Amino acid sequence: MIELRNICKTFEGAGGKVDALHNINLTISDGDIYGIIGMSGAGKSTLVRCINMLERPTEGEVIVDGVNMGELSPSQLREARRGITMIFQGFNLLMQKNCLKNVCFPMELAGIPKADAVKRATELLELVGLPDKAKAYPAQLSGGQQQRVAIARALATNPKVLLCDEATSALDPNTTHSILELIRDINKKLGITVIIITHQMSVVEEVCNHVAILDNGEVVEEGAVGTVFASPKSAAARRLVFPGGADDQVSNPHKEKRLRVVFSGAQAASMPLISSMAIEMNILVNIVSAATRCIDDRTYGSMLLGVPGGEEQAKMVAGYLGSVENVTVEEV
Amino acid sequence: MNNMFSPEKLQTAVDILKHDIPAAIFETLYVTLIATFFAFVIGLPLGVLLVVGDKGGVLPLPKWLMKLLNVIVNLLRSVPFIILIVVVFPLTRLIVGTTIGSVASIVPLVIAAFPFVARLVESSLREVNPNIIEAAQSMGATPFQIITKVMIPESVPSLVSNATIAVTTILGYTAMSGAIGGGGLGNIAIMYGYMRYNYMVILIAVVLLIVLVQVFQSAGTAISVKTDKRLK
Repeated sequence: MIELRNICKTFEGAGGKVDALHNINLTISDGDIYGIIGMSGAGKSTLVRCINMLERPTEGEVIVDGVNMGELSPSQLREARRGITMIFQGFNLLMQKNCLKNVCFPMELAGIPKADAVKRATELLELVGLPDKAKAYPAQLSGGQQQRVAIARALATNPKVLLCDEATSALDPNTTHSILELIRDINKKLGITVIIITHQMSVVEEVCNHVAILDNGEVVEEGAVGTVFASPKSAAARRLVFPGGADDQVSNPHKEKRLRVVFSGAQAASMPLISSMAIEMNILVNIVSAATRCIDDRTYGSMLLGVPGGEEQAKMVAGYLGSVENVTVEEV
Repeated sequence: MNNMFSPEKLQTAVDILKHDIPAAIFETLYVTLIATFFAFVIGLPLGVLLVVGDKGGVLPLPKWLMKLLNVIVNLLRSVPFIILIVVVFPLTRLIVGTTIGSVASIVPLVIAAFPFVARLVESSLREVNPNIIEAAQSMGATPFQIITKVMIPESVPSLVSNATIAVTTILGYTAMSGAIGGGGLGNIAIMYGYMRYNYMVILIAVVLLIVLVQVFQSAGTAISVKTDKRLK
């Protein structure tokens, strides 16, 4: 279990103090795939670096499996880092060493005998699907392949936690998908806790089961991915969940009432609610935007409705739709 | 001047070519290579310190120490070589026992070259992607492991091409030290060519130096390209 308690980080720059992180409290359970999402500059990368003390928090504590990371001696910290490995946006492989040697590298640092390291590295390259690239140099590989080598390298020291710092941001959608699948596989097979830093909503949707939304150095929302996505409460969360979709930014020339309807679960999402409302209540609404997505094996739908008939009618619509199971309605 | 290439002068030049030039080439080569070697023995660790000792570096050193190292490097770099040779005479005498000859010229060469080498090493190491260093830190690498297993191996192609620059520069310096008691091609050019007005000898010595520089430069570039695994 990873606990972040009251983490604050201030950078002393030339232009004065910069508050990168402000009072962050998070608990990440073993075996989770935990997403930390936010726009650029929200402090995500700083936060993830606080977990393995690549950045020292100005205040607060990081506790991994009961061990306070901030109180470790330099050599204890190096030992602890072997259990909390990291992959990066830029892959960061050693460019002058071949893939096998790259995967062996953390084991070499840890003083594992060379023969054992080579054996394990070969197995790991197989695990990530690159058994034939052992002798290839990183420059000869595609981005996705380089990230696979980086994942193999991160697994070399049998970590309990894998930190992914924008690990798929430099990759195309198909490659992103296959890397995420690999990460999910690793999580399931090896039981490694994964923390994913990203600005891509699709990444969180695809693999994470918990999510924290970071905005301006603060956690504005946190919880199970389904819950947070079904009814994002904060403005930052809505910006991320409905990028250009069912948000309140769509122009409203006739000043009609707007309602956001969220369906959770396949049953709710597959009912012809708007049509049945039109027939039963005789209320015609305008569908401004709508989307259905699958998160964590559940179907979620969201819809932004325009109600032309004013306050009274909007209440009736909210009442009708809100009475259906697993459907929530809120006024925008 | 009008009898610069007269038959007698040419004859002396050919004689010198036969008797003294082979030995002079050998002297120039070994003085250059030995001086480069020792310049790296001192300059490589110094260059590493200049990089890792920075604030925010892998192994931050006290600010005063970094300032001191930088001042020493800059001071030695700014003394003209011909003056440096004279200034270090006492040291040369202490180490070698004499200030005359090829072996003696190695001392001022090393002293002139190591700060230069330190700066070359510094610039090579600064080219290493800081994210790769961060990745090594995230794997629990010690500062010493980062230096020996990441920074230096990752910058080998750049170090080789900078070593080539060092060799060719030191080769040029050996000619200068030839003027003040050192041996080699520089000595031949000054003694026979300049002092005895045999310009043919100067010409031959210069052409040979050019050939040596070309050989070193081509070999260095070839090795640097061959070792660089990024270019495939």
